[in-house]
Amino acid sequence: MLGDIPLLSLLIGLPAVAAVVLALIDRDDTALLRNVALLGTGVTFLATLVLFADFQTGVAGFQLTESVEWIPEWGITYKLGVDGISLLLVVLTGLIFPLVVLAAWEQRDRAKGFFTALMVLESALIGVFLGLDLILFYVFFEVMLVPMYALIGVWGGDNRRYASIKFFLYTLVGGLLMLLAILYLSVQAGGTFDYDAILALDLSRTEQIWLFWAFFVAFAVKLPLFPLHTWLPDAHTEAPTVGSVVLAAVMLKIGGYGFLRFNLPLFPEAVDLYAGPILAAGVIGVLYGALVAMVQKDLKRLVAYSSVAHLGFIAIGIFALQPIAAGGAVVQMVNHGLTTGTLFLLIGFMYDRTHDREIASYSGLMKATPIFGGLFLMATMSSIALPGLNGFVGEFPILIGTYQTTPWAAIAAAFGVILAALYLLWAYQRMFHGPVGGHAETMTDLNAREIAVVAPLLVLMLVIGLYPKPLYDRVTPSVEQVITQVDADIAAARSAAGDTTASTDSE
Amino acid sequence: MSIILAQVLTIPDFPWAALSPELVLFGVGILALLLDTAGKDRLQVSFLAGGVILAGCGIAFWQNSADTDSQVPLLAGLIALGAVLQFALTGLWKDRPKTLGAILAFAGFAAALGVSIWQWTVYDGQLVSVADPEQAYVGAQSFLGGMVAMDGVALFTRFSVAIAGMISIPVGFAYMEERQIHRGEYYPLLLFAATGMTLLASSNDLIMVFIAVEILSLALYVMSALAKRDLNSQESAIKYFLLGAFSSAILLYGIALVYGITGSTNIPEMGVALASVTAPTGLVIAAMVMMLVGFAFKTGLVPFHFWTPDVYQGAPTPVTGFMAAATKAAAFAAFIRVFVGALAPLQLTWAPVVIGMAVITMLGGAVLAVVQTDVKRILAYSAVAHAGYVAIGLVSINPGGGVGSVDVGREAVGAMLLYLLIYTFMSIGSFGVVSLFERRLKKSLTVDDLRGLGRRYPAPSLAMGLFLVSLAGIPGTAGFTAKFAVFRSAIEAGQYGLVGVAVVSSVIAGFFYLRIIASMFVEVESAESALIADTGRTTTAMVGLGVAAAAVVVLGVLPGTLVGLAQQAGTFAS
Repeated sequence: MLGDIPLLSLLIGLPAVAAVVLALIDRDDTALLRNVALLGTGVTFLATLVLFADFQTGVAGFQLTESVEWIPEWGITYKLGVDGISLLLVVLTGLIFPLVVLAAWEQRDRAKGFFTALMVLESALIGVFLGLDLILFYVFFEVMLVPMYALIGVWGGDNRRYASIKFFLYTLVGGLLMLLAILYLSVQAGGTFDYDAILALDLSRTEQIWLFWAFFVAFAVKLPLFPLHTWLPDAHTEAPTVGSVVLAAVMLKIGGYGFLRFNLPLFPEAVDLYAGPILAAGVIGVLYGALVAMVQKDLKRLVAYSSVAHLGFIAIGIFALQPIAAGGAVVQMVNHGLTTGTLFLLIGFMYDRTHDREIASYSGLMKATPIFGGLFLMATMSSIALPGLNGFVGEFPILIGTYQTTPWAAIAAAFGVILAALYLLWAYQRMFHGPVGGHAETMTDLNAREIAVVAPLLVLMLVIGLYPKPLYDRVTPSVEQVITQVDADIAAARSAAGDTTASTDSE
Repeated sequence: MSIILAQVLTIPDFPWAALSPELVLFGVGILALLLDTAGKDRLQVSFLAGGVILAGCGIAFWQNSADTDSQVPLLAGLIALGAVLQFALTGLWKDRPKTLGAILAFAGFAAALGVSIWQWTVYDGQLVSVADPEQAYVGAQSFLGGMVAMDGVALFTRFSVAIAGMISIPVGFAYMEERQIHRGEYYPLLLFAATGMTLLASSNDLIMVFIAVEILSLALYVMSALAKRDLNSQESAIKYFLLGAFSSAILLYGIALVYGITGSTNIPEMGVALASVTAPTGLVIAAMVMMLVGFAFKTGLVPFHFWTPDVYQGAPTPVTGFMAAATKAAAFAAFIRVFVGALAPLQLTWAPVVIGMAVITMLGGAVLAVVQTDVKRILAYSAVAHAGYVAIGLVSINPGGGVGSVDVGREAVGAMLLYLLIYTFMSIGSFGVVSLFERRLKKSLTVDDLRGLGRRYPAPSLAMGLFLVSLAGIPGTAGFTAKFAVFRSAIEAGQYGLVGVAVVSSVIAGFFYLRIIASMFVEVESAESALIADTGRTTTAMVGLGVAAAAVVVLGVLPGTLVGLAQQAGTFAS
């Protein structure tokens, strides 16, 4: 049916076209601007649904690949493909953006630039997940910095200048290191940047170690992994609601995606060497993020630190090198996108009304604004991984899987789940229960548009929580393939190393 | 009778075509000067000049009309067309000498670009030939007794210089008018400077190098001082002149030493002789160091960069843009020709020095830019840092002398040439936007003056943002293509350390580019920036900036063709 349509290019192209159209519209015509933005993101979302339907379950490799020469002089191709690891993230991106446009429906301040930046961002984000040429991937990886920088810098809070520059520079450092590694890989592979060709390279242990770190820093900053997380709370706090949602729901996932796509399969020996310290960093992230979240006064900052904790879980799931844990990590990336996206949206709606995010400024919101309170409660429950909601079906496999390879990491991380319940429920209790007070006295409840924005996310939380099989069906084969291959490579390297030690011993 | 004459005088073959871009630039420069000084008699002078040119073309046509292979009749026709065109233009704008000068100069640069493209495409051994059909490199020959080289490096640099001129003219026109420094000699000087630059890029003899350096420098000294009543401009000119004269003298001393050691000033011969000669090592090193200092000064490498911030800040901004882009391209071409081309056998001696200079240039330029507040000074230090990135290519020529080193060298040379061409767009573009805002402000522009301009003047601010993002090397812009090319050749040559330093420098540079962008778009308007009132007359400047911006985007997204051309350009005449 869709055999001849380059679906993946369409996914990247639709938002880009919308961006061009937006650029041509008169800047005072806010109504037209937001309609075009909604149309562009909506059609893109439909296309991601088509992708979800077209995706063949049970196949591990890349599907729907496209390949066109881009800069043949340098061996760069425009190569796209989707597999179980990227599929869900693409669909998540497609889902989040129309909701985000709806959330920003009342955007009046320089709406043209705002929506154009969003469209460029969506195009780049989808491109990152689909690019199978390392330079193509890198291009999307860096291009998305510019619109995100603009979203934080132009439409952000009081301290936006500091936060936006910090965000930009952190990511730039990682990106440039990765570029060097990519160039080195390309030279080794004879001038091509094709993912499959580079995957086939046989790299020495030393090479692997250097290249591993170059890639690792780029993705660890993005994820963000402790101790490279310090840009995230600032960026989240200063970013406009829409920026926070996109950042938390999609952009951070590039870190986890990058680990699974590049670090693990390309440099297995280095992974074997450093998985322990990285797991430790993940565990520290989980516990530290939770403890710091507990003492936050600003609700948005609290959720930002909870992201640090949750993404620590994802890093643990990936570097446990266990298929169930890694599959859980991929699904948890989607879950975190839904949950934290919802929380940021709700906080944004609250901030629109009162321009205050201090936890202490609110009391008794449940009585004053029951709909808001109810929806917030459900998102909170999902965030603390209540069984029956989506957070559980992601975190539980991570913990079981990790326990099989590295029990200490699983046990330590499990405390993170408890702490998450503590800080979230405590904040909830302070703000929503008790007598009506503070801003709660004047706050109005959510309107229909706002409910419509978060409703799809909440429904998905429940659906995934009750029936996660469709997600796992698509994720598991690809993840299993990666982990099996890594395990095999590590085993081969260990036995080779064992052989040399054995032979030197015997001599 | 002509037969007898030919027997008595063996007339040497004088390939004018090899020098045609220089001749075009110089000829148009003279013409512009004549027309400017003619005053009320402008039309008569133009008629006379046109008549003389037409007569010359007629003779050339008549002498060669029998020869069917010759391209002279065609060329004579084109030049005749030019003569008629200049008369028509003079007739149209005889009362507005500045406009006339600008149009003539623009036409001159366009013609020079056209001629360079023609030189590039002429194969069959007349000018350039395909050395190896598999590799399809630009051929390399030298003419005029080995004085002038016709090769990839020369031709590609001519493109850069001609394009720099073509964009600078529309961008600077209104600025010069409003600052009341639009003097008649500006356009002839621009053309003479460009003559020197293209000549420098194609000099295959050290004497020629020196002459070309002097031609371009003298013109630039005067241009820096064009703002007669502006003390900064005067200071900048004097500084440039004194330091420039000093560096020229050092270069000349180096050339003299080379001649003393090898008995030749021809660059390839000198290279061969220096590599094999049994001269005292100290003398060889002294000669190389002196030439290195001369070139490092012109390209602005640390520690010979001290003139750049002051000169760039003080000179009229359009001049700065042209100077930053075109001088760098030409000086690097000569640098490449002498060191990468001729002195490659001695690279174990000079490469460590260049590596050290590249490292401190990349870091120094970026770090010093961070503490500046004047936008032009920031861009000046950024120019220093970018010279450092280009310099990486100088030492990416030979991975330990292994097999295939020639290819790596070609790759690196092509990458440097590509970088310099792309830098032309970014540099002239960013200085062009500065000149646009500056003439509204009537004083030098600080970062704070830019506050909130993104809202008030979206088009120039967005263009500035684009140029800065490109200078920072973000993919999707030409700056990334340039950096990618240089980094790629450096990694191929095994220069991991240098590329690592370049990464650090790029991140630091990213900070101050973002500072400018943040001022324009993040901050709210301040009292100073509100003073930047729109005074109109921005159309020509915006056209120029628009072309530069379009080039930045196109070369960022689809650079394939240009990359291919640059890869072919890594050839040296022997």
